[in-house]
Amino acid sequence: MEVIEKKNKNKRYKPILDKIPDWPVYQLSKNRKEFIEDVAEHAFRRIKEMRPTRKQLVDELEATVYREQQRMKRNRWRVDPQDEPKFWAKVKEDLIELTARPLDDNATDRKEDEILKRIVHRYAGEIAGNFKPSSYRFAREIIQFWFARLLNATRVKKFGAIFRNQYTLRDKIQIVGKVKQLRNLAKKGTIVMVPTHSSNLDSILIGWVIHALGLPAFIYGAGLNLFNIKIIAYFMNSLGAFKVDRRKKNLPYLETLKMYSGLAIEKGAHSLFFPGGTRSRSGTIEKMLKLGLLSTATEAQRNIYLNTAEGETPRKIFVVPVTLNYHFVLEAPELIDDYLSIKGQDRYLPEDDKYGSVQLIQFLFKFFTKGSNISVSIGRGLDIMGNYVDEEGNSLDAQGRIIDTRDYFLSNGQITIDKQREDEYTRMLSQRIVAEYHKIHRTFASHLVAFVAFEMWQKQHPKLDLFGLLRLPEEELSLDYPEFRKTCKRVRKQIYNLKKEGKANHATHLKGKIDLVIRHGLENVGNFHLKRPLLMDKKGNIITKDLNTLYFYHNRLVGYDLEKFI
Amino acid sequence: MTSKSLSDLPPVGVIGSGNFGTTVANLLARHRNVFLYVRDENTIEHILSKREIRGHKLNKHITPINDLAELARQCDIIFPIVPSAHFREMMRKLSPYLHPYHVLIHGSKGLDISLPKGQTLETVTKLSRLQVKTMSEVIREESVVVRVGCLAGPNLSKELSARQPAATVIASPFNEVISIGKRLLRSDRFQVYGNNELIGVELAGVLKNIIAIAAGALNGMGYGENARGLLISRGVVEIIHLGRALGGKTKAFLGVAGIGDLVATCNSPLSRNFQVGYKLAQGMKPEEIFESMDEVAEGVNTVRIMKKCADFYKVRAPITSTLYKVLFEDLTVKEALDYLMRYPLNIDIDFID
Repeated sequence: MEVIEKKNKNKRYKPILDKIPDWPVYQLSKNRKEFIEDVAEHAFRRIKEMRPTRKQLVDELEATVYREQQRMKRNRWRVDPQDEPKFWAKVKEDLIELTARPLDDNATDRKEDEILKRIVHRYAGEIAGNFKPSSYRFAREIIQFWFARLLNATRVKKFGAIFRNQYTLRDKIQIVGKVKQLRNLAKKGTIVMVPTHSSNLDSILIGWVIHALGLPAFIYGAGLNLFNIKIIAYFMNSLGAFKVDRRKKNLPYLETLKMYSGLAIEKGAHSLFFPGGTRSRSGTIEKMLKLGLLSTATEAQRNIYLNTAEGETPRKIFVVPVTLNYHFVLEAPELIDDYLSIKGQDRYLPEDDKYGSVQLIQFLFKFFTKGSNISVSIGRGLDIMGNYVDEEGNSLDAQGRIIDTRDYFLSNGQITIDKQREDEYTRMLSQRIVAEYHKIHRTFASHLVAFVAFEMWQKQHPKLDLFGLLRLPEEELSLDYPEFRKTCKRVRKQIYNLKKEGKANHATHLKGKIDLVIRHGLENVGNFHLKRPLLMDKKGNIITKDLNTLYFYHNRLVGYDLEKFI
Repeated sequence: MTSKSLSDLPPVGVIGSGNFGTTVANLLARHRNVFLYVRDENTIEHILSKREIRGHKLNKHITPINDLAELARQCDIIFPIVPSAHFREMMRKLSPYLHPYHVLIHGSKGLDISLPKGQTLETVTKLSRLQVKTMSEVIREESVVVRVGCLAGPNLSKELSARQPAATVIASPFNEVISIGKRLLRSDRFQVYGNNELIGVELAGVLKNIIAIAAGALNGMGYGENARGLLISRGVVEIIHLGRALGGKTKAFLGVAGIGDLVATCNSPLSRNFQVGYKLAQGMKPEEIFESMDEVAEGVNTVRIMKKCADFYKVRAPITSTLYKVLFEDLTVKEALDYLMRYPLNIDIDFID
């Protein structure tokens, strides 16, 4: 490969805390029982505030039971506990007994409180992670060992290469950006890491990154569906994950979940969640974030200020945006199909094509022989309002003056709890995170070629809407190389400009001779897919074998206003 | 609300001693002690000796000061009410003294524009939201204050001073800011409504100035109520189209700050924007009109800015673009009216689904 990444400078980082017993996540799991009690107690109080009258609370509980019973009937998973039907049947029975008589708001005996306590306690137990140092170490070794074997076997083409250690994960995955600051901030405060999300492999990748940077394990919310698979469940548990069950949308569950995350942050456990909620179906960089879990960071910071005695320094929370940059997303064809069928409703019908065995072998062969680098960009740390922080963790305003983050929670000189205000703060933070994503995301050659090709085809068919365009037969689409080359150059120039303005970033391989950059892009864009989204035919024209997947990779550069340079 | 309790409560700041600024200071002074920022030392002397400014009597709870640092130190809640052309400059001076606990509720109905070096409003061909900002956006850009709101609505200073019944809107994404505004301003003669659509409400207050100029022009031509009814209803449609293009939500334009303010200004020969239109129709040249006025008519700049925004966002805005031609391209009011009456508009309402 002519276009080579700048010599990898990734070095080994020393752990910032030597012994696992010092890690906040370990402290949390050591006192697991007390922590669950704590979460349940707080969630109980919060829900009581939200549903102050007896009638409101009983209605909420009835809705919860109904939904839970529906879930058990329709969609039970292997991980679901055995005693579940019995538990909810008992809750239902108690509720029926309770509502048999009219509710008296002045009564002292409040059965519904006890029922709510029972429910949130159960939920808190379901959610809680179970971090064990021994299995953490074991899982870490396993991941490293096998990745290294795979890499060496494929990269060094000699017999016996599988046992070599010439390549490690650090050669394959580049970590760029504010690494030093992140390590500093992790010593001074609590980190809430918020990465972009495009693949199921992200969780494992980011887990490795955290370890490689010498940071203690983070707690993070992982979809309960992942725990259905025993081997993954083992890794997840050992890495400090807590369980998020997306089937449960009832109020007691959601509040318990938020309370778990919030209290853990408040207690100083570094945390991680994907604020986009799920993988980006369309392939774009996240534009809208889920505010639920993000709001727990704001709330935790307020509580820390509220509960810090005078003279003590309150522990600060730092939000660190991270983008994961890929040439290739394993699930791309399925994701974009999902996206298109939701967006197009009945105008679009995904085709059902089965993989033949020839294609399957082809896929496996490519997977092991071709390199496809991944880069992870660590953004600059933010406070919970989205202000940049310096190396010391001080929040800075646009002019570089130091801001006291505590002031955001003051009203008339006092820290006040104002839910609506904090919701607004969370919304503002989410917008800042989105802007940072666009700024730190590294544009790869593969993103460039995919974007340019798709936009050129769109321009050639100005009368067609997206679905019309996607319905065109792939054989009819072809671009002259000289024209394609010129456009790539123009768009690349604009990406340079955006980088200068601090609005975008790109990989070092995007520089240099445009022909080489294009070749690098074509070789890498979605290179493991059975049908290549973009390639050059024998005549030297640019063609596609799968326009939908090309659209997916193209979307990574949507949001930078590059369309007008086509 | 007695003077006894006033001294126990923290004071409130007002920046800007124009007509509206002093009126707001007087409204606030019924509930709190007020610091009124006045730039000029001599004016302070004048206020202290005469207790009045440009014909406005000042409440005894108002203290004039000319130190922004002191104002920001004393007051957590500040009402900046200065013309939009000076707003950013004022914010830059105030910003070093502001903290995130400050609450700013502004009362300026204009837009801020930042142009590339060497460009002026006359030479620039396109304007988009990158260059055009509302006052709340200027506050956010220039300071660390996040709890921002605005005052909007039919608030003609003279009527307010005479204690005639009126209402205002406090718009802010923060309920906290709205309730502060209500607490500080509400009285038996002054109703205060809350609205969470800050940008929409700000734009409503800005855009209605365009229609006010047109209303003055109709009046100057000697036309009556049918013509005004036509103008106001078509004006609302145009305001909504323009406002939505700039990021406002429809409902902000239909309330007190939208229709309420529009109707008041279009019926008020007192307003400066109305005066501009009136004099244009009387045949005065735009330059003569601008020179004859002591305070700027915000509407003139608004027309200039919105014409270019309408071009950029491809929004149909016949009233704005025709007024633009009258103000800056020597079209007469009569020709403009002829053009508008022939304009092929035939859909009455197209902004509600």
